[in-house]
Amino acid sequence: MSIPGAQRALTGRRLIIGLPWLWLGLFFALPFLFVLKLSLSESVLAQPPYLDLIREFKDGVLILAVNLGNYQLLLEDSLYFKALLSSLQIAGLSTLLTLLLGYPMAYAIARAPQHWRLPLMMLIILPFWTSFLIRVYAWIGILKNNGLINQLLMGLGIIDTPLEMLHTPFAVYIGIVYSYLPFMVLPLYATLVRLDLTLLEAAADLGCRPWKQFLRITLPLSMPGVLAGAMLVFIPVMGEFVIPDLLGGPDTLMLGKLMWIEFFSNKDWPLASALAAVLLVVLIIPFMLLRHYEQRNQEAQ
Amino acid sequence: MFRRAPLLMTVLLFGYAFLYGPILSLMVYSFNESRLVTVWGGFSTKWYSELLHNEQILGAAWLSIKIAAINASASVVLGTLAAVALVRYRRFRGRTSLEIMVTAPMVLPDVIIGLSLLLLFVSMQTLIGWPAGRGQTTITLAHITFSMAYVTVVVRSRLAHMDRSLEEAALDLGARPLKVFFAITLPIIAPALVAGWLLAFTLSMDDLVIASFVSGPGATTLPMVVYSSVRLGVSPQINALATLIVVIVAIAVAIAGVLLYRQEKGSNSRKE
Amino acid sequence: MTQTSPAPGAADTASTTASVRLEGISKSFGNSYAVNNVSLDIQQGEFFSLLGPSGCGKTTLLRMLAGFETPDRGRVLIDGQDMTLVPPYERPVNMMFQSYALFPHMSVADNIAFGLKQTPMARGARNLRVTEMMELVQISPLAKRKPHQLSGGQRQRVALARALARHPRILLLDEPLGALDKKLREKTQFELVNIQERLGTTFIVVTHDQEEAMTMSSRIALMRDGQIEQLDAPRRLYEFPVTRYAASFIGSINLFEARVLQQNGDEVRLSCDEAGADLLVRSSEKMLPGMALTLAVRPEKVRLLSPGEQSPNLVRGRIKEIAYLGGISIYHAELPSGKQVQFTQSNVQALAEQPLSWGQDVLLGWHPDSCSVLTE
Repeated sequence: MSIPGAQRALTGRRLIIGLPWLWLGLFFALPFLFVLKLSLSESVLAQPPYLDLIREFKDGVLILAVNLGNYQLLLEDSLYFKALLSSLQIAGLSTLLTLLLGYPMAYAIARAPQHWRLPLMMLIILPFWTSFLIRVYAWIGILKNNGLINQLLMGLGIIDTPLEMLHTPFAVYIGIVYSYLPFMVLPLYATLVRLDLTLLEAAADLGCRPWKQFLRITLPLSMPGVLAGAMLVFIPVMGEFVIPDLLGGPDTLMLGKLMWIEFFSNKDWPLASALAAVLLVVLIIPFMLLRHYEQRNQEAQ
Repeated sequence: MFRRAPLLMTVLLFGYAFLYGPILSLMVYSFNESRLVTVWGGFSTKWYSELLHNEQILGAAWLSIKIAAINASASVVLGTLAAVALVRYRRFRGRTSLEIMVTAPMVLPDVIIGLSLLLLFVSMQTLIGWPAGRGQTTITLAHITFSMAYVTVVVRSRLAHMDRSLEEAALDLGARPLKVFFAITLPIIAPALVAGWLLAFTLSMDDLVIASFVSGPGATTLPMVVYSSVRLGVSPQINALATLIVVIVAIAVAIAGVLLYRQEKGSNSRKE
Repeated sequence: MTQTSPAPGAADTASTTASVRLEGISKSFGNSYAVNNVSLDIQQGEFFSLLGPSGCGKTTLLRMLAGFETPDRGRVLIDGQDMTLVPPYERPVNMMFQSYALFPHMSVADNIAFGLKQTPMARGARNLRVTEMMELVQISPLAKRKPHQLSGGQRQRVALARALARHPRILLLDEPLGALDKKLREKTQFELVNIQERLGTTFIVVTHDQEEAMTMSSRIALMRDGQIEQLDAPRRLYEFPVTRYAASFIGSINLFEARVLQQNGDEVRLSCDEAGADLLVRSSEKMLPGMALTLAVRPEKVRLLSPGEQSPNLVRGRIKEIAYLGGISIYHAELPSGKQVQFTQSNVQALAEQPLSWGQDVLLGWHPDSCSVLTE
């Protein structure tokens, strides 16, 4: 009677592991191969708008047409390199800004009285549950030339002509910090709230002043949270489309926006795929950093 | 703490103002009589009635809700399985790949996921003829793929904190493994399942980029409609829509919060 | 220290089938043995304890009995049937978990009924059994409560009732009193013994608390590094430990390194440099002159002698430390060799001065029957 039981347990185990694995393998991992394949093919005016890599398969002979032209174009046209640099700059700087705002917030919540912490964190996460698109849209009404800020400043007589804010890099930074703040605060809070407060008391007891306690104890111990939060912001922002499209100007270059334009406006699927492949390669290192943090976190549990 | 750190308190307040100010401004101006969003023309609910007669928005909303509901249910099943696999089975072949595949969809830019899924669907259609064309089915499949990753994270943390001996006790008392899962494990991780379902639903309702890639001519979701109207400039109807969404979310969160709080009170027996 | 008399039919009744028989059980995690070649028989109706420090393999052994772990080698037999590969839900064994593992989403009554619901049983009979169990452990008024509304002691009772509800042939208890405070623990020990005697179920307890094991058990298996160090009734384990480890794990003890001088019948004369004197001990084992061994004497067996009194084992020392414990006082005396000897005196009179003071010279002795010889 035990053998069928063991058999059933094994079948169950295979099913539990196998189903999600197969799903993600098929719909998440496998598609990257198609991106790679398409980035090596040629764009044509057709439906679908590309030529297949495999031209012919006859008598055991496989004829492939590998087109490196897309990558060549990415290298030659300085537009794409500039877009990469500008994406790195925007993602890097906005990650830093999010950290500068998110850290004190997470710190304050983690040190608030116990019964306050959950509601305060809920308030951080709540906007995340409403529409991202609509929240970005809200800033248009605030930042535009006859928007709330300009009306307020002009009404108070501080300025005479409206400040140009919408469709500038400034608006893009605002939009990113605003949208990604919860992703920064969440892991920071998680590390800060676990911090053993007696460590600070011990430091104080040994003659360490509050500001030094923060630099020497709190900050180093919260580095894993800082790293995780930074990666959770940096990685998706590198490919952000909505924010630069709605809040940025025509000269705001970002890889995600460029990819969108190549795909939807220029109908150049192969070039968009090549851009995606490049973006993916750029993001591997930050992704490894994030994985590293998560593994340590799981081991701690 | 707060009394001793006025600077911290100020930053915190500023942070919340920053988070909620824009949403509030949307809500206020949704009751504006004037079409010019920034000029107050008196109180009016006319944008709401226009919104409720906007066939295009209503149709898109209905499609989005259908997709979101199917997506959320499927994501909860798949995400829970993945969480059980990762928490309960320490070592198995493919563990590292599964770990990566449940983390990556949460952080990778939507444009990459959207494009790669589109290419998959196009190739699948030529190879096996399914999914035929692009629309509701392809959007749902795409949404399940990234939503289940979020569900996995939520359920996994609850499962990891669950006392393993509860399941052993049930086995010891004669319940078979499947029975144990349904009688003991599921009720205990239920709050995480509810949270995961709601999260997956919201993510799906909110997605513009991936849906734009994998959608076909017939299927326009709510974010796609919102996006095209927002690109043309500020629209009071969108303000009204935003207000409705915020109110619905606030009510849902309040209910979920109360339920969670009750559940928590009931399952604290282990935290001694 | 109280002791229960050995349960009827315990120990040497090999004619009947053992309630539990372990045959050459081994289990390793990674590359270290948790349990290493353990064989053991437990009789029906015994109150059996697996005693040892954490990491000695006692919990792994218990979990193999319950069916949560499968041994790498060896067999588990319950009532003569091979259960080695039988899953937990098909074994006639129930377990009381260290954390109690009460289902948080079920009431007390539902928790107790859970095991009964897994087998076909009329509702009336089931309710009757639940009531019966709640009466047995005296928690009837709590039937409708949820686990988080109970105190630690009440939870422990619910866990016990739940594990007993299916009338298991064997009840496994993992540190049953570990989560209770000291007062409650002492009270509950006796209740557990009473319930066990009333039901006649075989109880197998895992504990790291030697006092708990001594109080409740009919027999104790003292474990160390995955093996059984000594298996005996509590009294024998205390009075006649066979190894230094067994001697020092239970209670405190004085150990003397000695050498055999000569053996006359069962009287063995030893020379002991540490004691600064020759010693006499009784042992029926054959010992050759010159053989090295360890002599073990419990502190309460060491008597304070009046000046001029004689004893076959007699040492001189000077009081170095005094600890007043209420009922008794513990003294440390230093012998001329530098060896410290512990002995106790009961405090018979409330207002008496300490009979001994620091730095005082004393004469100590013990009876040859009151010490044991350790060969390991």
